[in-house]
Formats: sequence, C-alpha cells, structure tokens
Amino acid sequence: MSVLTLLTEYLSRPMVRNALIVGTLIALCASLLGTTIVLKRLSFIGDGLSHVAFGALCIAMVFSLTDKMIVVLPITVLVAVILMGTNDNKKIKGDAAVAMLSVGALAFGYLLLNKFPGRGNNNISGDVCSTLFGSMSIMTLSNTDVILCIALSVIVVIFFIVFYNRIFSVTFDENFAAATGIRNTLYKLLLSVIIAVVIVLSMQLVGSLLISALIVFPVLSSQRIFRSFLSVVISSAALGVSCAVIGILASIIFSTPIGATVVCVNILVFAICFVFGKLFFRK
Amino acid sequence: MAQIKGTGVSVGYEKKIVADNINFEINEGDYLYIVGENGSGKSTLMKCILGLEKVVAGNIVYGDNLKQKEIGYLPQQTFIQRDFPATVQEIVLSGCLNQLGFRPFFGKKEKQRAEEAMKKLEITDLAKRSYPELSGGQQQRVLLARALCATGKVLLLDEPVAGLDPYAQEQLYTLIYKINKEEKITIIMVSHDLEAAKKYATHILHIGKEKSVFCTKHEFLKENGGCLF
Repeated sequence: MSVLTLLTEYLSRPMVRNALIVGTLIALCASLLGTTIVLKRLSFIGDGLSHVAFGALCIAMVFSLTDKMIVVLPITVLVAVILMGTNDNKKIKGDAAVAMLSVGALAFGYLLLNKFPGRGNNNISGDVCSTLFGSMSIMTLSNTDVILCIALSVIVVIFFIVFYNRIFSVTFDENFAAATGIRNTLYKLLLSVIIAVVIVLSMQLVGSLLISALIVFPVLSSQRIFRSFLSVVISSAALGVSCAVIGILASIIFSTPIGATVVCVNILVFAICFVFGKLFFRK
Repeated sequence: MAQIKGTGVSVGYEKKIVADNINFEINEGDYLYIVGENGSGKSTLMKCILGLEKVVAGNIVYGDNLKQKEIGYLPQQTFIQRDFPATVQEIVLSGCLNQLGFRPFFGKKEKQRAEEAMKKLEITDLAKRSYPELSGGQQQRVLLARALCATGKVLLLDEPVAGLDPYAQEQLYTLIYKINKEEKITIIMVSHDLEAAKKYATHILHIGKEKSVFCTKHEFLKENGGCLF
C-alpha cells in the first residue's frame, strides 16, 4: 500500500482527525505565546511549569480523579502567576527558583505516585513515562476534549490578536511600558495564566518533558530568517502548525511516539532555518 | 504652577536611603540635568518621577495638567534587548500605546504621529530596518522617537549618550536640544557629562552624599566656577 492511500485510510478515521485538530491547535497556541516567552527570556519558566504540571497530574492520579484537569489546571496557573510576578524579586534569583521548583515537583510527583498508586493502577512506570513523553491518549480523545481544546485555543488566539500591541510593548521594554501608563502587571498576569493553560493543554500532545520544544523551536527558527516582530509571530505560528501536522502524520505512518516525532520535526526545521538564515540573511 | 515639583524627596532601595532632602522645581520648557556620582540615587530619583518606584519620604507633584503617564522615557540602554526582532517602525509606533485607550489597534492618527517623530529624529529612512542591526547612536534615536510618541510635554532621559562615540553623542545632544527649543518639551536628563550640562542645561540638580543642590545653570557656573562640587 502506498503512503498516500495509507494516509487517506487513516484520515478517514475520526480519532486521527481529532488528534490532528487538537495537535495543530496546541502547536498554534504554543508557538504564538512562544514569541513572548522566548523574547522575554522566560523559556525556563515554560519548562519549569511543565514539571509542576506533572507533579499536579501525579496528585490527581493518586486520588484517582477521572477529570484530572480540575487539579492540574489551577495548580499550574497559580505557580505561573507566582513565578511571573516575582521575576524581579531579588531574594532568590528567578532562574534558580524555577530550577528548584521544577525538580522538586518532578521528584515529589514520582514519589507520591510510587507510594500511593491510585485505585486499580498497577502500571506506574507506564503512566509516568506517558505523562513525561506524551502518550497515545491524543488518539483516544473524547468529543468534549476536542471541543474544550478548540474553545481554549480560540480564546488564546483572540487574546493574542486583541492585545498584540500591548504584548509587543511589554515584551520589548517593560520599563518603558510601565512608565507610560501601560498596565504591565495586568498583562503579565493574563499572560502567565494563558501560558499555564497552554502548557497543560500541550501535555496531552507531547508530554511534560517535551513541551518546551513546542514553545521554543518555532520562534527560534523564525528568528533566523525574519527581522520584524510581526513576521516572526506569523512565521512561528505557521512553522509550529506545519511541524505538528507533519509530525503527527509521520508518527502514524512510521508508528513512532507522537511527541518525540513532532519535536524531531521541529529540530529539523530549525536546522534548515539556521542554514538558510546563515546563507541568505546574515551579513 | 510648576510642571513637576519635588519637596523633601528621599529616595532609596530596600528601605535604605541613598539620597535625601532633594528639592526641585521644573517648569515647562526647562532643560534639567541631574548629575551626581555612581550610586548617588540619580536613576532611582528618575524612576520615582516616572512612578516606577515610590519615594521613601517627601513628595513629587505634577502640575500644569501633566499626568504621570504623559512622561516620555528613554531608559538606560542595558534594559533593551540587543537581539530583539523588531523594525524601527514597530518600536516607534509602540510609543503611541498610551493614547489608544481601549482600542486594540493603532489608527491613522498614531501612525502619523510615529511618522512625525521619526522625521524629527532623522530616522525616516530606517523605518523598515531591524533594530538590532542599527548602530548604537541610531538605536538611541529610535528609542527617543518612541519616547516622543508617548509625550508632548516631558522627556526623561537616563544617560542617553553612554557608550556612544563622540560624533553620535554630539548628534544626539543636538537633536534633544532642538526638541527642547522647538517643541517646548521639558527635558530631564540623568548624566555624567558636566561639559554638556554647562552647554545645554537651564537648571542643574546635583545629588550628593551630604546634600543635594538645585540651581539654575548661571548660579551653578558662578558659585562653583563650573568645577565639580
């Protein structure tokens, strides 16, 4: 059977279509927010938050909750708000605080899960592995999951478009924005909430260890080639989405793990952009 | 009524006072130099005027219908990221943000304002260029244009010529002087450059460990012969 017929075969299945929709939307949101996160030098916060989300997920598993989002989302949002807010606090430097928190959450979560495995759970290492590296759960999405994901993505995209100019200003020069009466703290707060939501969403696709890749790679690739903020934003959204589609399809065809495949496609695109940028755009 | 007036102002950080009992009065069209040694509290005072930090004691009042958010600000260069992908136009336009109110996007009026600011600072031909590719002097002019977009009244400049070559320094000083004279925009500048202060300032505020002195340039030149305090 040729690759094309194989693809059409798979695409006719609703679960593959759902996975594609959700995957694309997650990649879109992650890469949009990625521009702010990367340019504001907050990449490590995204990474730290994903570990916190893992810890929270472990707690949810221990209590055998059917809807784990009830625990994971609030905890991650709370930590995001705290981390973004205390960025200028000099008691413990931001990066060290994040490092502490992320390793702490990882260890605590794993310990908890080992000590108190939830009801009817006898495959701990399998569970841990799938939360860390993403699982096939994206293939078993219910319709409510898909609708929730679409709704959240629409909110993120609308937020980004409506506040685009404010986001630019706060990203480029926070001090100037604050001095000329832009409500910095408010936008930072909103941003951190949304970053947390996107991270929790993307855990389904690539797992908590690989989330940063969705956030960081599309922006870095775009930065090799484009020189204005708007073009970097548009291009990283486009790159993020196409990498997700290619990655998901490739993982179906070659039956490889979805998360890792998507990330590898991102790395490949980065390499291409890097070479392309060196050849044509740098002095 | 003065545009900005400080009475008995003390500034500091983490509850430690670095400079106290600072008095000054700035009127429309003034050109004030804030001078003093490193760590004397110049930049902190500036942040207090901008409302980014709180004064430890005393108060700063704004008159002549000046609102705090109407003060244009040129930060110390270290705050700006060197590899940020943004065009000159995008950056200058972002200075108009405080005039948007609840509107999400820039309209014709803001774009025109940005256009004019770029013309005043002679960077119109750089509009489509990317900020990180520009020279230090050009970058400062871009940020100055952005500050000009944010205000029609007062510009606060934090060591604007630091790290620039002499030619670029002179060019920037001339442009700032022109803005001060032609647009009647009040200039408040933090600087180490006493020579330039003697040349351009109308008033000088010296912040020292023992005491701070506020005077006009003539008093400054007469009493000190222009030498350091």
